[in-house]
Amino acid sequence: MRVTLWGTRGSLAAPGPDTARYGGNTSCVEVRGDDETILVLDAGTGIRSLGAALPASVRRVDILLTHLHMDHIQGLGFFRPLYDAGVSVHIWGPASTTLHLRTRLMRYLSPPLFPVHLRDLPCHLALHEVPNADIEIGRFRVASALVCHPGPTVGYRIAAPEGTLVFLPDHEPALGARVFPLPQEWTSGYEIAAGADLLIHDAQYGSAQYAEHVGWGHSTIEQAFAFATLAGVRHLVPFHHDPAHNDDDVDRLVTTATAAAQPSFAVLPGTERTTFRLHAGGVVDVEPTAAACTVPSPHVPVP
Amino acid sequence: MSQKALELILIRQLATRLALPMFVIDPTSRLLFYNEAAERILGRRFADTGELAAAEWTAGLDPTDELGVPLPPTAQPLLIASRERRPAHGRLWVRGLDNVRRLIEATCFPLVGMGDRHLGVVAITWQVEEAA
Repeated sequence: MRVTLWGTRGSLAAPGPDTARYGGNTSCVEVRGDDETILVLDAGTGIRSLGAALPASVRRVDILLTHLHMDHIQGLGFFRPLYDAGVSVHIWGPASTTLHLRTRLMRYLSPPLFPVHLRDLPCHLALHEVPNADIEIGRFRVASALVCHPGPTVGYRIAAPEGTLVFLPDHEPALGARVFPLPQEWTSGYEIAAGADLLIHDAQYGSAQYAEHVGWGHSTIEQAFAFATLAGVRHLVPFHHDPAHNDDDVDRLVTTATAAAQPSFAVLPGTERTTFRLHAGGVVDVEPTAAACTVPSPHVPVP
Repeated sequence: MSQKALELILIRQLATRLALPMFVIDPTSRLLFYNEAAERILGRRFADTGELAAAEWTAGLDPTDELGVPLPPTAQPLLIASRERRPAHGRLWVRGLDNVRRLIEATCFPLVGMGDRHLGVVAITWQVEEAA
C-alpha cells in the first residue's frame, strides 16, 4: 500500500513561500494498492495535482469523502478523471438524516458556485452513502465510523494484507472532556483507529489556540498525540495544519509536542507529496526521504 | 473493549457539563452514565459504581405515583421512551441506591442515531421532594 499526501492543510488553502515545505493544499490523500486500486481520501485542493499525475490508463477511482466541508471538496470539480468518459468515478460520503449525498454535493457542483453541473460530468459517476458495514474496494477493506466533528463526518480505516491506514483529518475527540484522553470506549474514533499502522490525524491547533476554537471540530497536536497513544498506533501523521501556521510554526508545534509526550510511535508531520509505503509487519517507509520530517530522529523511530 | 456509539459519547460529554441531573441508559436498560447532579437522586457516585446493569439499579427503584400506587410499565417514562420510542414525562416517587425515596419529575426521550439506530434513552430529572 502506498499513501501519498497531496494536500495537508486544513480549513483553507494556504499557498506561499512560508508554507512551501508542508504544503498549502487542503486535504487529499491517495492510497494505491499493489493491484493498482486507487482510493482518494477527500477532495480538497490537493486533488487537482493528483488527477493530473494519474496515468491515462486508469479506469476506476474511488473518492472517499470524510465530510462535505469546503476544504474537503473544493478540488472535486478540478479532478481530471471526472471529465474522462472512459473512467468510472465512485464517490463515497457520509449519510445525512435529511438530504442525499448527491443533493448535498450539487450545492457546490452547480451554478452559481461552479460552472459544470454534476449531472453533466462525462465520467461514469456513482454516488454512495457509506454503509454501516465494511466495504471492499479492490484489495482494500474499508470501514467507516462517525466521528466527532460538526455535521455528518466519518473516519476511514483502510486495511490491506500488508497494513492498515486510518484517516481522521477532522476530529475533536476531546470535545467536552474535562480530561483527555477518556477511556477507550468513551473516545470518539477509538475503535476505528485502534492498532493502526499509520494514523493520519487532525492536529490543527496549538494548545493556546484551542481554547478559542472548542467545538470547531479539531484537535491540538497534543490531543492528537494522546489519541494516538490511546489507540496504540505505530505511526502518527499530524495533519490538517492550520492555514495561519507557517512551516516554522508547524516545526515548533511538532517538536515541542513530541519532546513533551515522548511517544512510543513514530511522528511523521504531514508533508505534501510525501509518500508512505506500508509493508507487512507494520513497517512504514517514507518517500522520497525522511528529510521531509523535521522532528529529530530519536522521535522518528523506525519500528 | 468496544467503543460506544458517537451519539452516546457526545451525550455523556454534554451531561458532564450540565447541572441538570441526567442519566444515559442503553437499550437493555443498562445505566451507562449519570452525571454529578444525578448522583444525588440515585444515591451513589458514578465514580464508585461505574456502569450498572439493569437489575443493579432498577431492582429497588420501586416507582409509584404521588399517592404511593405502584406504576405499571406503561406509565413509567423511562420504559415508555425505551419500549415505545417516544418522549415521556412524569412525576413519580423512586427509591435510590441509598434507600431514600424521592419525588422526582422525569423527562425521558429515546436516543435515535444516524440510520435510525436505537441507542437507548436519556432521562433528565428534577428532584421535587425527599421523603423524611
